[in-house]
Amino acid sequence: MAGLHKSEFENPVVNWIDTRMPIFTMMQKEYGSFPTPKNFNYFWNFGALAMISLAIMIATGIFLAMNYTAHTTLAFDSVERIMRDVNYGWLLRYVHANGASMFFIVVYIHIFRALYYGSYKAPRELLFMLGVVILLLMMATAFMGYVLPWGQMSYWGATVITNLFSAIPIVGESIVTWLWGGFSVDNPTLNRFYSLHYLMPFMITGVVFLHIVALHITGSNNPLGIDVKTPQDTLPFHPYYTAKDSIGICVYLLVFAGLVFFAPNFLNHPDNYIPANPLVTPAHIVPEWYFLPYYAILRSVPNKLGGVILMFSSIAVLFFLPWLDTSPVRSSRFRPIYKQLILVMVASFLVLGYVGGKPPEGIYVVLGRVATAYWFLHFLVLLPILGKLEKPLPLPESIARPVVRRPPPGGGGGPLPQGATAKPMEKS
Amino acid sequence: MADTASATVRSAITTVGVDDPTKRDLLKLVTGSAVVIGVGAIAWPFIDSMSPAKDVLALSSIEVDLAPIQEGQAITAVWRGKPIFLRNRSAQEIKEAEGTPLNQLIDPQSDADRVKPGKEKWLVVIGICTHLGCVPLGNKTSDPRGDFGGWFCPCHGSQYDTSGRVRHGPAPSNLGLPPYAFIGDTKIKIG
Repeated sequence: MAGLHKSEFENPVVNWIDTRMPIFTMMQKEYGSFPTPKNFNYFWNFGALAMISLAIMIATGIFLAMNYTAHTTLAFDSVERIMRDVNYGWLLRYVHANGASMFFIVVYIHIFRALYYGSYKAPRELLFMLGVVILLLMMATAFMGYVLPWGQMSYWGATVITNLFSAIPIVGESIVTWLWGGFSVDNPTLNRFYSLHYLMPFMITGVVFLHIVALHITGSNNPLGIDVKTPQDTLPFHPYYTAKDSIGICVYLLVFAGLVFFAPNFLNHPDNYIPANPLVTPAHIVPEWYFLPYYAILRSVPNKLGGVILMFSSIAVLFFLPWLDTSPVRSSRFRPIYKQLILVMVASFLVLGYVGGKPPEGIYVVLGRVATAYWFLHFLVLLPILGKLEKPLPLPESIARPVVRRPPPGGGGGPLPQGATAKPMEKS
Repeated sequence: MADTASATVRSAITTVGVDDPTKRDLLKLVTGSAVVIGVGAIAWPFIDSMSPAKDVLALSSIEVDLAPIQEGQAITAVWRGKPIFLRNRSAQEIKEAEGTPLNQLIDPQSDADRVKPGKEKWLVVIGICTHLGCVPLGNKTSDPRGDFGGWFCPCHGSQYDTSGRVRHGPAPSNLGLPPYAFIGDTKIKIG
């Protein structure tokens, strides 16, 4: 079905382009008039913030690549040259390094939002799974990026993480040799990590595009977790949510700038300012903070293969979350027990992060095991059972009802009677 | 109570006059300007990171000892990644360079303007053809030097005289002169 688009734009140049390739109409539809639930809270800023983070990382990364040398004898010095000699090189590198942390903070909050308000439930399962794919790609990208400065933490991080694959029975050792391109982490490893570190952000961009396509088919979830029913439930994306997102972006940039300009190495490890030495492992080796929870899960199992399997499972379980959670109610606001459990789950994630940064001994091992146990208990046992046992609170009739408060003719406000605003959601 | 508060805000907005179109234009202008300034401030570090870095600028001066260069010989030094021709001209070559009438030149410039006073035998030029950037032949005595005894560019046939001035196209101008100064009788600092 070929044919010119009937464009409604008045500007002749825009109209000419839009007639032949209706990208302006598409942008207007998807980001201008796009009907968006009117009751978003600030948790709904974090998707836009993640997009901004990705853009910042790609922009700074491209300019850093202009001055970086991917060779074991030159990499460390080329990074120091960026810091000392390249104009604003210090700024580009600190923005890129702290940008990775900001990206993970934003994405973790974005995921929390999805879990708290049930954004993973039908019909948004695929949207959520694409998000988990993005998280995995981000983790691979961040890991390889951390190897590039070729400091002690880079080298030993690369050694430890690639050695995870040696836990695979029979073929493990061969796989690790293949990953390294040699018999230890060395120049071939650094070169391929650089190549892949440059590639993967564009793969992320592609999956983000799919994530947004899926989002714009299902429409956004909202804090009440109920479906949009009438146009009264929505607002056009622009200017309402472009404005709201802009406020979030300002706060995000304030925090980001605070890190970059006042504590640029706060989240870094001093050991990574020592050039890589394949003969000496640093006394206390830990991954970047955003990997600490998974690291804690890995260490909580006293078995090599078991630890690796459990660590990968802790994320893989998210792919099955839409079907593990059997409750038809999305938002935690109407799930009194789940509302408590998700906070316990967040606490277990934070405990794992804390334990991951501590030496694997004494109380930390116990804490790590308890938190790991809860993580899996939560997703694999509690969520499937809870959907059957929990009695959800009555759901509002529509998004518009609890938001628009029409003053009665008498003048005084006050809430409407319970029965008028709420009725239980039908099981779908 | 919330209703009363929002009603107060609404009436306040109306009295300030946000609905006033000229006010709206001003707001748009101010916001737009702030955006442009912000984007510029963010773009500048990226753009400037591509300019020569401090270590590159640190390489911008070299010292060359001229003593080993015999009369009639030339050497090539490297300054900022470019070849610099340093030639010890013979009396005959100096005479030819000084004696050339300016009206015969494509890019008229007297020989005196191309050497340091009292050091006429030393010619220091950037060894890059002004046509499209090739390195002309002529530094070795076995090289072709063209019809004017200077340099001959093998790429497109430009010819330079013993003062490094272009005498035969397609090059449009004379070989460039690097900034340099004598820091001893036979020692110069380029850059």
